[in-house]
Amino acid sequence: MGSNTVYLNVVTARTALAVLLLLLSGPALRPAYAQFELVGSWDATGNEDLAGDGLPVDYTGYPLTEEARMRGLSYSQSQLSMIERQCQGWPVFYFAQGPFGLRIWSDTEKANGTPISYTIGAWENRAPFVIWMDGRPHPSPNAAHTRAGFTTGHWEGNTLVAYTTHMQVGFLRKTGVPSSDQARLTTRFFRHGDVLTVLGIIEDPIHLAEPQILTKNFRLSSAAISPVGPACIAVFEGTELGESVAHYAPEKNPFTDEMTAKYGVPRDAALGVAETLYPEYRKKMKPRPAP
Amino acid sequence: MIVALAAAGSLGSAATAQGQNRAGGAPPPTPRDSAPIDLTGYWVAFVSEDWRLRMVTPPKGDYTRVPLTPEGRKVADTWDPAADASAGNQCKAFGAGAIMRVPGRLHVTWQDDTTLRLDTDAGMQTRTFRFAPAAGPADAPSWQGQSTARWERAAVPRRGDQDLLGTGPRPAGGGALTVVTTNLRAGYLRWNGVPYSENTTVTESFDVAPHPTGGQLLIVTTVVEDPRYLQRPYVVSSQFKKEADPSRWDPTPCTSTW
Repeated sequence: MGSNTVYLNVVTARTALAVLLLLLSGPALRPAYAQFELVGSWDATGNEDLAGDGLPVDYTGYPLTEEARMRGLSYSQSQLSMIERQCQGWPVFYFAQGPFGLRIWSDTEKANGTPISYTIGAWENRAPFVIWMDGRPHPSPNAAHTRAGFTTGHWEGNTLVAYTTHMQVGFLRKTGVPSSDQARLTTRFFRHGDVLTVLGIIEDPIHLAEPQILTKNFRLSSAAISPVGPACIAVFEGTELGESVAHYAPEKNPFTDEMTAKYGVPRDAALGVAETLYPEYRKKMKPRPAP
Repeated sequence: MIVALAAAGSLGSAATAQGQNRAGGAPPPTPRDSAPIDLTGYWVAFVSEDWRLRMVTPPKGDYTRVPLTPEGRKVADTWDPAADASAGNQCKAFGAGAIMRVPGRLHVTWQDDTTLRLDTDAGMQTRTFRFAPAAGPADAPSWQGQSTARWERAAVPRRGDQDLLGTGPRPAGGGALTVVTTNLRAGYLRWNGVPYSENTTVTESFDVAPHPTGGQLLIVTTVVEDPRYLQRPYVVSSQFKKEADPSRWDPTPCTSTW
Protein backbone atom coordinates (compact mmCIF):
# COMPACT_ATOMS: atom_id res chain seq x y z
CA MET A 1 0.00 0.00 0.00
CA GLY A 2 1.58 3.25 -1.09
CA SER A 3 1.67 6.41 0.97
CA ASN A 4 -0.86 8.08 -1.32
CA THR A 5 -3.38 5.30 -0.67
CA VAL A 6 -2.88 5.55 3.09
CA TYR A 7 -3.34 9.30 2.89
CA LEU A 8 -6.56 8.96 0.88
CA ASN A 9 -7.95 6.42 3.35
CA VAL A 10 -7.26 8.73 6.27
CA VAL A 11 -8.88 11.67 4.49
CA THR A 12 -11.92 9.58 3.52
CA ALA A 13 -12.34 8.31 7.09
CA ARG A 14 -12.08 11.83 8.50
CA THR A 15 -14.61 13.16 6.02
CA ALA A 16 -17.03 10.34 6.81
CA LEU A 17 -16.63 11.00 10.53
CA ALA A 18 -17.28 14.70 10.01
CA VAL A 19 -20.44 14.00 8.03
CA LEU A 20 -21.61 11.47 10.67
CA LEU A 21 -21.06 13.96 13.46
CA LEU A 22 -22.92 16.55 11.48
CA LEU A 23 -25.91 14.27 10.99
CA LEU A 24 -25.99 13.27 14.65
CA SER A 25 -25.42 16.73 16.00
CA GLY A 26 -28.11 18.83 17.58
CA PRO A 27 -29.02 22.36 16.61
CA ALA A 28 -26.05 23.77 18.47
CA LEU A 29 -23.67 22.18 15.97
CA ARG A 30 -25.86 22.78 12.96
CA PRO A 31 -23.91 24.47 10.15
CA ALA A 32 -24.60 28.14 9.48
CA TYR A 33 -26.12 28.01 6.02
CA ALA A 34 -26.54 31.23 4.14
CA GLN A 35 -30.02 32.68 4.53
CA PHE A 36 -29.93 34.36 1.15
CA GLU A 37 -27.62 34.29 -1.84
CA LEU A 38 -25.05 37.03 -1.56
CA VAL A 39 -22.63 35.81 -4.19
CA GLY A 40 -22.62 37.58 -7.53
CA SER A 41 -22.25 40.96 -9.14
CA TRP A 42 -24.21 43.90 -7.75
CA ASP A 43 -24.52 47.23 -9.52
CA ALA A 44 -24.58 50.37 -7.41
CA THR A 45 -27.91 52.07 -7.97
CA GLY A 46 -26.15 55.42 -7.62
CA ASN A 47 -29.18 57.46 -6.58
CA GLU A 48 -27.56 58.76 -3.37
CA ASP A 49 -24.35 60.66 -2.77
CA LEU A 50 -22.34 58.86 -0.13
CA ALA A 51 -18.90 60.04 -1.25
CA GLY A 52 -19.55 63.74 -0.72
CA ASP A 53 -16.43 64.61 -2.65
CA GLY A 54 -17.82 67.23 -5.01
CA LEU A 55 -16.26 70.09 -3.06
CA PRO A 56 -13.08 70.07 -0.93
CA VAL A 57 -14.88 71.06 2.27
CA ASP A 58 -18.19 69.22 2.36
CA TYR A 59 -18.51 67.37 5.66
CA THR A 60 -22.30 67.50 5.65
CA GLY A 61 -23.93 64.45 7.17
CA TYR A 62 -20.92 63.55 9.35
CA PRO A 63 -20.93 63.95 13.15
CA LEU A 64 -17.28 64.95 13.50
CA THR A 65 -15.17 65.69 16.51
CA GLU A 66 -13.22 68.94 16.61
CA GLU A 67 -9.99 67.04 15.92
CA ALA A 68 -11.41 65.43 12.80
CA ARG A 69 -12.65 68.81 11.58
CA MET A 70 -9.27 70.46 12.08
CA ARG A 71 -7.45 67.67 10.34
CA GLY A 72 -9.92 67.70 7.49
CA LEU A 73 -9.47 71.43 7.03
CA SER A 74 -5.69 71.03 7.01
CA TYR A 75 -5.83 68.49 4.19
CA SER A 76 -4.89 69.26 0.62
CA GLN A 77 -5.77 66.78 -2.08
CA SER A 78 -2.37 67.43 -3.59
CA GLN A 79 -1.02 65.02 -0.99
CA LEU A 80 -2.17 62.26 -3.32
CA SER A 81 0.55 63.35 -5.73
CA MET A 82 3.07 61.83 -3.33
CA ILE A 83 3.83 58.22 -4.10
CA GLU A 84 3.86 57.24 -0.43
CA ARG A 85 0.37 58.76 0.05
CA GLN A 86 -1.28 57.78 -3.21
CA CYS A 87 -3.49 55.10 -1.59
CA GLN A 88 -3.86 56.61 1.85
CA GLY A 89 -7.53 57.39 1.77
CA TRP A 90 -9.50 54.21 1.28
CA PRO A 91 -10.36 52.09 4.31
CA VAL A 92 -12.64 49.10 3.93
CA PHE A 93 -15.82 51.10 4.43
CA TYR A 94 -15.19 52.88 1.15
CA PHE A 95 -16.96 49.92 -0.44
CA ALA A 96 -20.18 51.50 0.87
CA GLN A 97 -19.17 55.11 0.20
CA GLY A 98 -17.66 54.98 -3.24
CA PRO A 99 -19.56 54.83 -6.53
CA PHE A 100 -18.68 51.26 -7.39
CA GLY A 101 -20.65 48.05 -7.59
CA LEU A 102 -19.77 44.87 -5.73
CA ARG A 103 -18.36 41.56 -6.85
CA ILE A 104 -18.90 39.02 -4.07
CA TRP A 105 -17.68 35.43 -3.97
CA SER A 106 -17.44 32.79 -1.27
CA ASP A 107 -15.12 30.04 -0.15
CA THR A 108 -17.14 27.00 0.85
CA GLU A 109 -16.53 24.16 3.28
CA LYS A 110 -16.41 21.10 1.06
CA ALA A 111 -18.03 18.57 3.41
CA ASN A 112 -21.25 20.42 4.22
CA GLY A 113 -21.40 23.39 1.86
CA THR A 114 -21.38 26.11 4.47
CA PRO A 115 -19.51 29.32 3.70
CA ILE A 116 -16.06 29.73 5.24
CA SER A 117 -15.84 33.28 4.03
CA TYR A 118 -17.31 35.87 1.73
CA THR A 119 -15.03 38.22 -0.16
CA ILE A 120 -16.00 41.56 -1.63
CA GLY A 121 -13.60 42.54 -4.37
CA ALA A 122 -11.68 45.72 -3.80
CA TRP A 123 -11.69 48.78 -5.92
CA GLU A 124 -9.10 51.49 -5.53
CA ASN A 125 -8.29 50.53 -1.99
CA ARG A 126 -6.57 47.44 -3.37
CA ALA A 127 -7.51 45.27 -0.42
CA PRO A 128 -10.32 42.71 -0.68
CA PHE A 129 -12.90 42.78 2.10
CA VAL A 130 -12.93 39.24 3.52
CA ILE A 131 -15.74 38.27 5.91
CA TRP A 132 -14.77 35.16 7.88
CA MET A 133 -17.81 33.00 8.63
CA ASP A 134 -16.07 30.08 10.33
CA GLY A 135 -16.12 31.38 13.86
CA ARG A 136 -12.48 32.39 14.13
CA PRO A 137 -11.77 35.10 16.71
CA HIS A 138 -10.52 38.58 16.03
CA PRO A 139 -6.77 38.92 16.56
CA SER A 140 -5.10 40.66 19.48
CA PRO A 141 -5.56 44.42 19.62
CA ASN A 142 -1.81 44.64 19.06
CA ALA A 143 -1.93 42.69 15.80
CA ALA A 144 -1.10 44.44 12.56
CA HIS A 145 -3.68 46.83 11.16
CA THR A 146 -4.22 46.60 7.44
CA ARG A 147 -6.06 48.42 4.69
CA ALA A 148 -8.88 45.83 4.80
CA GLY A 149 -8.84 45.19 8.54
CA PHE A 150 -10.14 41.93 9.97
CA THR A 151 -13.78 40.96 9.64
CA THR A 152 -15.95 38.19 11.04
CA GLY A 153 -19.55 37.54 10.10
CA HIS A 154 -22.64 35.61 11.10
CA TRP A 155 -26.28 35.35 10.10
CA GLU A 156 -29.03 36.90 12.20
CA GLY A 157 -32.22 35.59 10.66
CA ASN A 158 -32.09 36.79 7.07
CA THR A 159 -29.42 39.42 7.68
CA LEU A 160 -25.68 38.93 7.26
CA VAL A 161 -23.86 40.82 9.98
CA ALA A 162 -20.13 41.59 9.65
CA TYR A 163 -17.83 43.22 12.20
CA THR A 164 -14.51 44.80 11.19
CA THR A 165 -11.57 45.83 13.36
CA HIS A 166 -7.83 46.32 12.77
CA MET A 167 -8.16 48.91 10.01
CA GLN A 168 -5.34 51.28 9.17
CA VAL A 169 -5.90 54.99 9.38
CA GLY A 170 -7.74 56.28 6.35
CA PHE A 171 -10.48 58.71 5.41
CA LEU A 172 -14.02 58.98 6.70
CA ARG A 173 -14.58 61.19 3.70
CA LYS A 174 -12.12 61.17 0.87
CA THR A 175 -11.73 64.93 0.95
CA GLY A 176 -9.49 64.45 3.96
CA VAL A 177 -11.62 63.84 7.05
CA PRO A 178 -9.59 61.12 8.77
CA SER A 179 -10.51 57.79 10.28
CA SER A 180 -8.31 56.33 13.01
CA ASP A 181 -6.87 52.87 13.53
CA GLN A 182 -9.35 52.49 16.39
CA ALA A 183 -12.30 52.68 14.00
CA ARG A 184 -14.72 49.75 13.87
CA LEU A 185 -17.28 48.92 11.24
CA THR A 186 -20.48 46.90 11.65
CA THR A 187 -22.05 46.00 8.33
CA ARG A 188 -25.50 44.50 7.74
CA PHE A 189 -26.59 43.12 4.40
CA PHE A 190 -30.33 43.10 3.74
CA ARG A 191 -31.60 41.52 0.54
CA HIS A 192 -35.09 42.24 -0.77
CA GLY A 193 -35.63 40.59 -4.14
CA ASP A 194 -32.88 41.81 -6.44
CA VAL A 195 -32.08 44.84 -4.28
CA LEU A 196 -29.26 44.59 -1.73
CA THR A 197 -29.17 47.26 0.96
CA VAL A 198 -25.94 47.58 2.91
CA LEU A 199 -26.00 49.29 6.29
CA GLY A 200 -22.61 50.43 7.54
CA ILE A 201 -22.15 51.70 11.10
CA ILE A 202 -18.75 53.31 11.68
CA GLU A 203 -17.53 53.90 15.22
CA ASP A 204 -14.40 55.96 15.70
CA PRO A 205 -13.74 57.24 19.21
CA ILE A 206 -11.24 59.81 17.96
CA HIS A 207 -12.93 61.31 14.93
CA LEU A 208 -16.68 60.72 15.32
CA ALA A 209 -18.83 62.39 17.96
CA GLU A 210 -21.34 59.54 17.56
CA PRO A 211 -21.54 56.47 15.32
CA GLN A 212 -21.91 57.28 11.65
CA ILE A 213 -24.71 55.42 9.87
CA LEU A 214 -24.63 54.91 6.11
CA THR A 215 -26.75 52.85 3.75
CA LYS A 216 -26.10 52.06 0.12
CA ASN A 217 -28.18 50.13 -2.39
CA PHE A 218 -27.21 47.69 -5.10
CA ARG A 219 -29.15 45.79 -7.74
CA LEU A 220 -28.30 42.28 -8.89
CA SER A 221 -26.42 42.41 -12.17
CA SER A 222 -26.32 39.83 -14.93
CA ALA A 223 -23.10 41.39 -16.19
CA ALA A 224 -19.97 40.43 -14.27
CA ILE A 225 -18.35 43.17 -12.26
CA SER A 226 -14.58 42.99 -12.05
CA PRO A 227 -13.29 41.64 -8.72
CA VAL A 228 -10.38 44.11 -8.85
CA GLY A 229 -10.09 47.76 -9.68
CA PRO A 230 -7.41 50.04 -10.99
CA ALA A 231 -4.28 50.68 -9.00
CA CYS A 232 -3.79 53.88 -7.07
CA ILE A 233 -1.49 56.02 -9.19
CA ALA A 234 0.13 59.25 -8.11
CA VAL A 235 -0.66 62.05 -10.55
CA PHE A 236 -0.58 65.82 -10.53
CA GLU A 237 -3.32 67.02 -8.19
CA GLY A 238 -3.00 70.76 -8.50
CA THR A 239 0.12 71.61 -6.54
CA GLU A 240 3.69 70.87 -7.58
CA LEU A 241 5.48 68.72 -5.06
CA GLY A 242 7.88 70.66 -2.89
CA GLU A 243 9.85 69.92 0.20
CA SER A 244 6.79 69.87 2.45
CA VAL A 245 3.51 67.98 2.45
CA ALA A 246 0.77 70.02 0.77
CA HIS A 247 -1.65 71.34 3.38
CA TYR A 248 -3.63 74.34 4.63
CA ALA A 249 -3.70 76.07 7.96
CA PRO A 250 -7.18 74.93 9.11
CA GLU A 251 -8.44 78.45 9.80
CA LYS A 252 -7.25 79.57 6.36
CA ASN A 253 -8.62 76.80 4.20
CA PRO A 254 -9.87 78.69 1.12
CA PHE A 255 -12.74 76.25 0.54
CA THR A 256 -14.40 76.45 3.95
CA ASP A 257 -17.36 78.54 2.83
CA GLU A 258 -17.81 77.08 -0.64
CA MET A 259 -20.84 74.97 0.39
CA THR A 260 -22.48 78.06 1.84
CA ALA A 261 -21.83 80.15 -1.23
CA LYS A 262 -22.89 77.53 -3.74
CA TYR A 263 -25.79 75.77 -2.00
CA GLY A 264 -26.78 77.90 0.96
CA VAL A 265 -25.60 75.25 3.42
CA PRO A 266 -24.81 76.76 6.84
CA ARG A 267 -21.17 76.61 7.90
CA ASP A 268 -21.88 74.34 10.89
CA ALA A 269 -23.45 71.80 8.57
CA ALA A 270 -20.69 72.04 5.99
CA LEU A 271 -18.17 71.38 8.77
CA GLY A 272 -19.94 68.31 10.15
CA VAL A 273 -21.28 69.50 13.50
CA ALA A 274 -23.24 66.59 14.96
CA GLU A 275 -26.46 68.47 15.73
CA THR A 276 -26.88 69.33 12.05
CA LEU A 277 -27.78 65.70 11.28
CA TYR A 278 -31.11 65.96 13.11
CA PRO A 279 -34.36 67.48 11.85
CA GLU A 280 -34.59 70.17 14.54
CA TYR A 281 -31.51 71.81 13.07
CA ARG A 282 -33.70 72.97 10.20
CA LYS A 283 -35.58 75.16 12.61
CA LYS A 284 -32.35 76.95 13.46
CA MET A 285 -31.78 77.81 9.83
CA LYS A 286 -33.43 80.87 8.42
CA PRO A 287 -35.88 79.88 5.71
CA ARG A 288 -34.45 80.98 2.44
CA PRO A 289 -36.18 82.29 -0.65
CA ALA A 290 -36.68 79.75 -3.39
CA PRO A 291 -33.40 79.21 -5.24
CA MET B 1 -39.32 40.72 -8.69
CA ILE B 2 -39.28 42.23 -5.22
CA VAL B 3 -43.01 41.85 -4.91
CA ALA B 4 -42.98 38.26 -6.13
CA LEU B 5 -40.26 37.16 -3.74
CA ALA B 6 -41.79 38.99 -0.84
CA ALA B 7 -45.16 37.45 -1.57
CA ALA B 8 -43.63 34.00 -1.77
CA GLY B 9 -41.92 34.49 1.58
CA SER B 10 -45.07 35.77 3.17
CA LEU B 11 -47.22 32.97 1.80
CA GLY B 12 -44.73 30.38 2.96
CA SER B 13 -44.67 31.65 6.48
CA ALA B 14 -48.41 32.14 6.52
CA ALA B 15 -48.94 28.55 5.39
CA THR B 16 -46.69 27.28 8.17
CA ALA B 17 -48.52 29.32 10.75
CA GLN B 18 -51.92 28.15 9.51
CA GLY B 19 -50.83 24.54 9.60
CA GLN B 20 -49.72 24.89 13.18
CA ASN B 21 -52.95 26.59 14.14
CA ARG B 22 -55.21 24.08 12.43
CA ALA B 23 -53.54 21.37 14.47
CA GLY B 24 -54.09 23.36 17.66
CA GLY B 25 -57.56 24.57 16.71
CA ALA B 26 -56.66 28.19 17.40
CA PRO B 27 -57.39 31.00 14.93
CA PRO B 28 -54.49 32.09 12.77
CA PRO B 29 -52.38 34.82 14.31
CA THR B 30 -53.08 38.32 13.14
CA PRO B 31 -50.35 40.32 11.37
CA ARG B 32 -49.97 42.23 14.59
CA ASP B 33 -49.49 39.06 16.64
CA SER B 34 -47.15 37.47 14.13
CA ALA B 35 -44.94 40.50 13.51
CA PRO B 36 -41.31 39.32 13.22
CA ILE B 37 -40.03 42.81 14.09
CA ASP B 38 -41.41 45.65 16.16
CA LEU B 39 -41.69 48.89 14.23
CA THR B 40 -43.87 50.74 16.70
CA GLY B 41 -42.66 53.83 18.49
CA TYR B 42 -41.07 57.16 17.67
CA TRP B 43 -38.20 57.38 15.20
CA VAL B 44 -36.05 60.35 14.22
CA ALA B 45 -34.37 60.77 10.84
CA PHE B 46 -30.56 60.68 10.88
CA VAL B 47 -29.60 62.78 7.87
CA SER B 48 -26.19 61.37 7.04
CA GLU B 49 -26.68 61.21 3.27
CA ASP B 50 -27.78 63.73 0.65
CA TRP B 51 -27.75 66.43 3.31
CA ARG B 52 -27.82 69.39 0.94
CA LEU B 53 -30.65 67.84 -1.06
CA ARG B 54 -32.81 67.12 1.99
CA MET B 55 -32.16 69.78 4.62
CA VAL B 56 -32.27 72.78 2.29
CA THR B 57 -34.08 73.27 -1.00
CA PRO B 58 -31.70 72.43 -3.83
CA PRO B 59 -31.40 74.77 -6.82
CA LYS B 60 -34.00 74.52 -9.53
CA GLY B 61 -32.89 72.00 -12.12
CA ASP B 62 -30.66 70.06 -9.74
CA TYR B 63 -31.82 66.52 -10.40
CA THR B 64 -28.42 64.95 -9.84
CA ARG B 65 -28.62 61.16 -9.52
CA VAL B 66 -32.32 60.97 -10.41
CA PRO B 67 -32.75 59.00 -13.68
CA LEU B 68 -35.35 61.32 -15.17
CA THR B 69 -36.79 60.91 -18.64
CA PRO B 70 -36.60 63.93 -20.96
CA GLU B 71 -40.21 64.69 -20.02
CA GLY B 72 -39.32 64.46 -16.34
CA ARG B 73 -36.45 66.93 -16.78
CA LYS B 74 -38.75 69.30 -18.61
CA VAL B 75 -41.25 69.19 -15.75
CA ALA B 76 -38.49 69.68 -13.16
CA ASP B 77 -37.23 72.73 -15.04
CA THR B 78 -40.64 74.39 -14.78
CA TRP B 79 -40.91 74.03 -10.99
CA ASP B 80 -42.73 76.99 -9.44
CA PRO B 81 -43.10 76.74 -5.65
CA ALA B 82 -45.25 79.88 -5.46
CA ALA B 83 -47.71 78.35 -7.91
CA ASP B 84 -47.75 75.13 -5.85
CA ALA B 85 -48.49 77.11 -2.73
CA SER B 86 -51.28 79.13 -4.29
CA ALA B 87 -52.83 75.97 -5.72
CA GLY B 88 -52.81 74.26 -2.33
CA ASN B 89 -50.14 71.77 -3.42
CA GLN B 90 -47.62 72.45 -0.66
CA CYS B 91 -47.57 68.73 0.12
CA LYS B 92 -46.18 67.63 -3.23
CA ALA B 93 -42.78 66.92 -1.66
CA PHE B 94 -44.41 65.01 1.22
CA GLY B 95 -46.04 62.22 -0.79
CA ALA B 96 -45.23 58.54 -0.39
CA GLY B 97 -42.51 58.72 -3.04
CA ALA B 98 -40.42 61.06 -0.91
CA ILE B 99 -41.81 61.29 2.61
CA MET B 100 -39.24 58.94 4.13
CA ARG B 101 -36.45 61.26 2.88
CA VAL B 102 -37.99 64.33 4.51
CA PRO B 103 -36.10 65.20 7.71
CA GLY B 104 -38.52 64.62 10.55
CA ARG B 105 -39.92 62.09 12.95
CA LEU B 106 -42.12 59.04 12.49
CA HIS B 107 -44.69 57.63 14.87
CA VAL B 108 -45.64 54.04 14.11
CA THR B 109 -48.64 52.39 15.78
CA TRP B 110 -51.07 49.55 15.15
CA GLN B 111 -54.37 51.08 14.04
CA ASP B 112 -55.95 47.64 14.34
CA ASP B 113 -54.77 44.03 14.10
CA THR B 114 -54.28 44.24 10.33
CA THR B 115 -53.29 47.87 9.78
CA LEU B 116 -50.04 49.54 10.68
CA ARG B 117 -50.20 53.34 10.85
CA LEU B 118 -47.27 55.69 10.24
CA ASP B 119 -47.56 59.39 11.08
CA THR B 120 -44.96 62.03 10.25
CA ASP B 121 -44.49 65.28 12.13
CA ALA B 122 -42.94 66.96 9.07
CA GLY B 123 -45.89 67.66 6.81
CA MET B 124 -48.32 65.98 9.26
CA GLN B 125 -48.93 63.05 6.92
CA THR B 126 -50.57 59.72 7.77
CA ARG B 127 -49.85 56.46 6.00
CA THR B 128 -51.78 53.24 6.57
CA PHE B 129 -50.21 49.91 5.69
CA ARG B 130 -52.96 47.30 5.26
CA PHE B 131 -52.16 43.62 5.59
CA ALA B 132 -55.72 42.77 4.55
CA PRO B 133 -57.15 44.15 1.31
CA ALA B 134 -59.26 47.26 1.74
CA ALA B 135 -62.99 46.67 1.27
CA GLY B 136 -65.02 48.71 -1.18
CA PRO B 137 -64.02 50.86 -4.15
CA ALA B 138 -60.61 52.44 -4.37
CA ASP B 139 -60.21 55.83 -2.76
CA ALA B 140 -59.38 58.90 -4.82
CA PRO B 141 -55.64 59.30 -5.48
CA SER B 142 -53.87 60.95 -2.56
CA TRP B 143 -50.42 62.05 -1.42
CA GLN B 144 -49.96 58.78 0.47
CA GLY B 145 -51.96 56.53 -1.88
CA GLN B 146 -53.04 53.05 -0.86
CA SER B 147 -50.54 50.69 0.69
CA THR B 148 -50.57 46.92 1.05
CA ALA B 149 -48.20 45.31 3.53
CA ARG B 150 -46.58 41.92 4.01
CA TRP B 151 -44.14 40.52 6.50
CA GLU B 152 -40.97 39.01 5.09
CA ARG B 153 -39.46 36.29 7.23
CA ALA B 154 -36.07 34.65 7.33
CA ALA B 155 -35.74 32.18 4.48
CA VAL B 156 -34.96 28.53 5.14
CA PRO B 157 -31.90 27.24 3.26
CA ARG B 158 -32.80 24.43 0.85
CA ARG B 159 -31.08 21.93 -1.40
CA GLY B 160 -33.64 20.88 -3.97
CA ASP B 161 -36.68 19.81 -1.97
CA GLN B 162 -34.65 19.28 1.18
CA ASP B 163 -35.07 21.71 4.04
CA LEU B 164 -31.51 21.92 5.33
CA LEU B 165 -32.64 22.88 8.81
CA GLY B 166 -34.76 19.72 9.12
CA THR B 167 -36.73 19.70 12.32
CA GLY B 168 -34.33 22.16 13.93
CA PRO B 169 -35.26 25.65 15.03
CA ARG B 170 -36.12 28.25 12.43
CA PRO B 171 -33.71 31.15 11.96
CA ALA B 172 -33.88 33.39 14.98
CA GLY B 173 -34.59 37.08 14.57
CA GLY B 174 -34.77 38.97 11.36
CA GLY B 175 -37.68 39.66 9.14
CA ALA B 176 -38.81 42.80 7.43
CA LEU B 177 -41.90 44.66 6.35
CA THR B 178 -42.61 45.14 2.65
CA VAL B 179 -45.07 47.84 1.62
CA VAL B 180 -46.32 48.50 -1.90
CA THR B 181 -48.06 51.81 -2.54
CA THR B 182 -50.08 52.91 -5.57
CA ASN B 183 -53.00 55.26 -6.31
CA LEU B 184 -50.85 58.30 -5.69
CA ARG B 185 -51.24 61.94 -6.59
CA ALA B 186 -48.30 63.22 -8.60
CA GLY B 187 -45.59 64.56 -6.32
CA TYR B 188 -41.93 65.50 -5.96
CA LEU B 189 -38.94 63.32 -5.15
CA ARG B 190 -37.12 66.43 -3.94
CA TRP B 191 -38.12 69.85 -2.65
CA ASN B 192 -37.10 71.45 -5.94
CA GLY B 193 -39.79 69.90 -8.07
CA VAL B 194 -38.15 66.69 -9.34
CA PRO B 195 -41.36 64.92 -10.31
CA TYR B 196 -43.01 61.56 -10.03
CA SER B 197 -46.33 60.90 -11.72
CA GLU B 198 -49.66 59.50 -10.60
CA ASN B 199 -48.65 56.20 -12.29
CA THR B 200 -45.90 55.64 -9.74
CA THR B 201 -45.49 52.50 -7.67
CA VAL B 202 -43.48 52.78 -4.45
CA THR B 203 -42.08 49.59 -2.93
CA GLU B 204 -40.52 49.92 0.52
CA SER B 205 -38.69 47.54 2.82
CA PHE B 206 -38.49 48.27 6.53
CA ASP B 207 -35.59 46.63 8.41
CA VAL B 208 -34.43 47.10 11.97
CA ALA B 209 -30.96 46.79 13.48
CA PRO B 210 -29.39 47.48 16.86
CA HIS B 211 -27.61 50.79 17.38
CA PRO B 212 -24.13 50.34 18.87
CA THR B 213 -24.87 52.66 21.78
CA GLY B 214 -28.21 50.99 22.55
CA GLY B 215 -31.61 51.47 21.05
CA GLN B 216 -32.57 50.59 17.53
CA LEU B 217 -32.22 51.73 13.96
CA LEU B 218 -34.89 51.63 11.29
CA ILE B 219 -33.72 51.35 7.69
CA VAL B 220 -36.27 52.10 4.99
CA THR B 221 -35.32 51.18 1.43
CA THR B 222 -37.55 52.93 -1.09
CA VAL B 223 -37.85 51.88 -4.73
CA VAL B 224 -39.78 54.36 -6.87
CA GLU B 225 -40.92 53.13 -10.28
CA ASP B 226 -42.53 55.64 -12.60
CA PRO B 227 -42.99 54.76 -16.27
CA ARG B 228 -43.53 58.39 -17.16
CA TYR B 229 -40.79 60.41 -15.49
CA LEU B 230 -38.14 57.81 -14.54
CA GLN B 231 -35.98 55.84 -16.95
CA ARG B 232 -35.34 53.18 -14.34
CA PRO B 233 -36.20 52.65 -10.66
CA TYR B 234 -35.00 55.29 -8.23
CA VAL B 235 -33.65 53.59 -5.10
CA VAL B 236 -32.76 55.32 -1.84
CA SER B 237 -32.49 54.15 1.75
CA SER B 238 -33.11 56.28 4.81
CA GLN B 239 -32.07 55.70 8.39
CA PHE B 240 -33.91 56.52 11.62
CA LYS B 241 -33.01 56.19 15.29
CA LYS B 242 -35.58 55.10 17.83
CA GLU B 243 -36.54 57.64 20.47
CA ALA B 244 -37.67 56.81 23.96
CA ASP B 245 -40.53 59.27 24.13
CA PRO B 246 -42.53 61.78 22.05
CA SER B 247 -41.00 64.88 23.65
CA ARG B 248 -39.46 66.06 20.37
CA TRP B 249 -42.51 65.29 18.24
CA ASP B 250 -43.20 68.58 16.48
CA PRO B 251 -46.02 68.55 13.91
CA THR B 252 -45.49 71.14 11.20
CA PRO B 253 -47.57 71.61 8.05
CA CYS B 254 -46.32 71.05 4.52
CA THR B 255 -44.31 73.79 2.87
CA SER B 256 -43.40 74.17 -0.77
CA THR B 257 -39.81 75.29 -0.04
CA TRP B 258 -37.39 75.45 2.87
